[in-house]
Amino acid sequence: MTTRSTITALVENRPGVLNRVVSIFRRPGLNLDSLTVGRTDRSEISRMTMVLEGTKADAQHVMRELNRLIHVITVEEMNGTPYVTRDLALIKVGATVENKSEILQMCGHYRARIVDAAAASILIEVVGEEPEIEGLVGLLEPFGIIEMVRAGVVAMARAEHVLDTHCESSSWAEQRRSLSKAS
Amino acid sequence: MQLTGAEIVWECLIREGVDLVFGYPGGAILPTYDTLSSYPQIHHVLTRHEQGATHMADGYARATGKVGVAMATSGPGATNLVTGLATAMLDSSPMVCITGQVPTSVIGHNAFQEADITGVTLPITKHNYLVTSVEELAFCIREAFYIARSGRPGPVLIDLPKDVQIATTEFHYPTDEIRLPGYRPVPEAPEDKIERARALIRSAERPVILAGRGVLLSGAMDELRTFAESTETPVGLTLLGKGCFPEDHPLCLGMMGMHGAGEANHAVQEADLLLAFGMRFDDRVTGNLATYAPKARKVHIDIDPSEIDKNVEVEVGIAGDLKATLQEMMQGLEPIEHSDWIKRIARWRDESEDRELLNQVLQSPELKAAEVVHDLWTLTGGKAITVTDVGQHQMWVAQYYAHSPEHALITSGGMGTMGFGLPGGIGAAMGRPDDEIWVVAGDGGFQMTLAELATAVQEKVKVNIALVNNGYLGMVRQWQELFYEKRYNATPMVSPDFCALAAAYGIPAVRVTERDQIEDAVRQAQAHLDGPFLIEFVVEQHDVVFPMVPAGSDLHDMIRRPRENSPSEKEIQP
Repeated sequence: MTTRSTITALVENRPGVLNRVVSIFRRPGLNLDSLTVGRTDRSEISRMTMVLEGTKADAQHVMRELNRLIHVITVEEMNGTPYVTRDLALIKVGATVENKSEILQMCGHYRARIVDAAAASILIEVVGEEPEIEGLVGLLEPFGIIEMVRAGVVAMARAEHVLDTHCESSSWAEQRRSLSKAS
Repeated sequence: MQLTGAEIVWECLIREGVDLVFGYPGGAILPTYDTLSSYPQIHHVLTRHEQGATHMADGYARATGKVGVAMATSGPGATNLVTGLATAMLDSSPMVCITGQVPTSVIGHNAFQEADITGVTLPITKHNYLVTSVEELAFCIREAFYIARSGRPGPVLIDLPKDVQIATTEFHYPTDEIRLPGYRPVPEAPEDKIERARALIRSAERPVILAGRGVLLSGAMDELRTFAESTETPVGLTLLGKGCFPEDHPLCLGMMGMHGAGEANHAVQEADLLLAFGMRFDDRVTGNLATYAPKARKVHIDIDPSEIDKNVEVEVGIAGDLKATLQEMMQGLEPIEHSDWIKRIARWRDESEDRELLNQVLQSPELKAAEVVHDLWTLTGGKAITVTDVGQHQMWVAQYYAHSPEHALITSGGMGTMGFGLPGGIGAAMGRPDDEIWVVAGDGGFQMTLAELATAVQEKVKVNIALVNNGYLGMVRQWQELFYEKRYNATPMVSPDFCALAAAYGIPAVRVTERDQIEDAVRQAQAHLDGPFLIEFVVEQHDVVFPMVPAGSDLHDMIRRPRENSPSEKEIQP
C-alpha cells in the first residue's frame, strides 16, 4: 500500500552529499515527491526533508541505506511524533481589472500575499501545509495559472523532539573543515 | 617538509602499513608512479589488467585481514576497477583503490581518458573521494584506510587529479583520532536485547546457528565454537562463512542454501530458533523467503545495523561486534543439551551419505570434479588456502574441501564474479607466501583473467592452479539442463590446450584425466616452489551440482543426487 513518508536528515554540508542521498532513492526506482536541503544553525551541517511516495517497506529501506552513508549524521522518519510541515509556492495568475478583487479575496482566505502585480498578472506567495497550497491552486486555476514554483516541504517535530545539530565535534573534523575552506 | 601530492601518496601508504600495491600505470597517474622508485618499502606488482589488480588486492585482503591496495590511471584504467570494487563491496573486503584523474581544470570537459569514476563507483564503494586540493590529500588517504577497515569492511576509492599529484604542500601526517559525525562503525549491542536473546536460547528445542563471514571478520571463531558446544547447537555455514567453524566438528552442518547440505537445509526449515551470526540472509542462503524457517524465532547479530530486518524480520536484532556480543551473551547462559534434535539431524545426515557421489560405485569412467576436490583436500591435509573462481567447481570446493579458521575459503560469494580465482589467488599467495595456495577455476572463468599468469610468472608467485575443465560454462549448462529443457545455448566452450598455454608462459603443467593420476600431479605442483604450476583436470562434461534448490524455491525443496541405480528424483519432505 502506497503512503507518503516524510523523512528528515542531518547531513554534512560538502560536495557530493546530495548525489549520495538521492542515489539511495534512485537505485530501487523510488520517486522523491519533494526534497529540500538547506543549512542549519551550523554552517557545516545541512538539513534535508524528503517526501517519499511508496510503501512502508520502501521507507524502511531508504532509512536503512541513508544511515549507511558516511556523510549522513542522523535520519528520522516523521511518524509517531507530532510534527509541522510547510511548503511555499509562488503562483503567477492572469488577472484583469474585473477579477482582481475576487483573486485577492481568495488569497485572503489562505493568508497568501501579493508579491508582484503587473498589467495582466499578479504574483502570489503562499505558505502552508501541502493541502492548503493545493487548495489555493485549485481555486486559482480557473483564472489561468501562468507559472508556478514550489519550494518543497520542510518538516520539524513539535516540542522537545529535535534532530540535534550539536553532535560532538572532533579535532579531526575541525581540521578537515578548515582545509576544505582553504581550497 | 614540502612534498608533492605524488610523494604524499606513498608516504601515507607506508604509514598505513602498506608494502604491496597492485596496479597499472598510465598518463593521469604517472606523476605518482614517477616517485615510486624513491620508496623501496613499497613493492609494486604490475598486473596485466586493472581488474586483476583489484582482485589481487581483494585476495590479499581476505588472506591477511589487511587492507589491499590497487592503483590505476584515469578513464579506462579506472572503469576497469568497477567489477573488482563491486566484488569487494558485496563480500565486505577492505580495499583502497587510487585512481589518477585528469587535471581539476578540465574535469567535466570530456578530456582524454576522463571518466567520472567517483560517480560510477558511488553505489559499489563503501565511500569514495575526489581530492581537489593537495592539502586534504593526507586526510583523505587516512580516512579511506580507516573507513575501509573499520566496522563492516569495504572498498574505498580515492580519485586523484594529475595537478593535485604535482602540487606541493607542507606534509604532516595527521595522527588525531578519526571521528566522523555520521559514521559509527561499531554499534554497541544493547544489554536488554542480549538478555532477550538469552531467553530465546534457553527455551529453544531445535536451535540452529547460521554462521557467516562476520564470524571471521570479527575474529569470533573461538567464541562461536564455545557457544555452539555449550548450548549443543548445530552450525550451518554460509559460503563466505566457510572456515569460521571447523567442518570436522560433530556440530557442523556444512554449507546451507542453494547447494547446501541436505541436513543443513532441513535443520533450518525445522528449527524453532535461528541464531544468525554475521550473515545477511542472502537469497542463495534462504531460498523462498515466504516459506523460510517457518517455525523458527530469529535472533540476528550483525555489525551493520542496516542488515537487521532487511531480508528476514527477526524477533531480536542486535547491531554490534559479534565477538564482544557473544562473549557477553555467554555470561549468564548455562550449558544446554539438545540430544533429540541432534539425533534427528543425524538421520538427515545419513540420507546425505546415502546419496553421496563418493560413496557410490560410479557407472562412467570419467573423472568427477568432486573427486578432484576431495583428493586435493586430503592431499593438502586441509591446510591449503583455496581460492576459487565462480561456477560449479566453486560449489564443489565448498562441498568437498573442509575449511578451518586458519585456512578459510576465499571466493567471490555475493557478486559471483567469474575471473576472480586466478588474480584472487595471486593476491592471497603474495599476502601469505608461506602458505600453500590452490586456485581452483573452471575453464570459463579462468579464461576471463588468464592474462594474470604473466603477472604470477613475473613475480615468481608460488600459486598452484587446479583448472577443472568440463568444456562448458558448467553452472549455466546445469541450469539449462534442469530448468530450460536442455537447450544448451552459448554454453559449450572451445578452449586452448591449457598445458601448451602454460608452457608459453613458462609455467610447468600436467593434464589429469583419471583419478589415480591426481596424487602424482598434486605432489609435482607442491614440489615446484619457483612460481606457478598448473594442473588441468579433464572432468565429466555433464556433471551436476547436487543438492540444488531451484532459485526462488522453498529451501527444503531440494533436487538431490539420485541414490545408486535410481533415476533423478525430488526428495520427499521428511
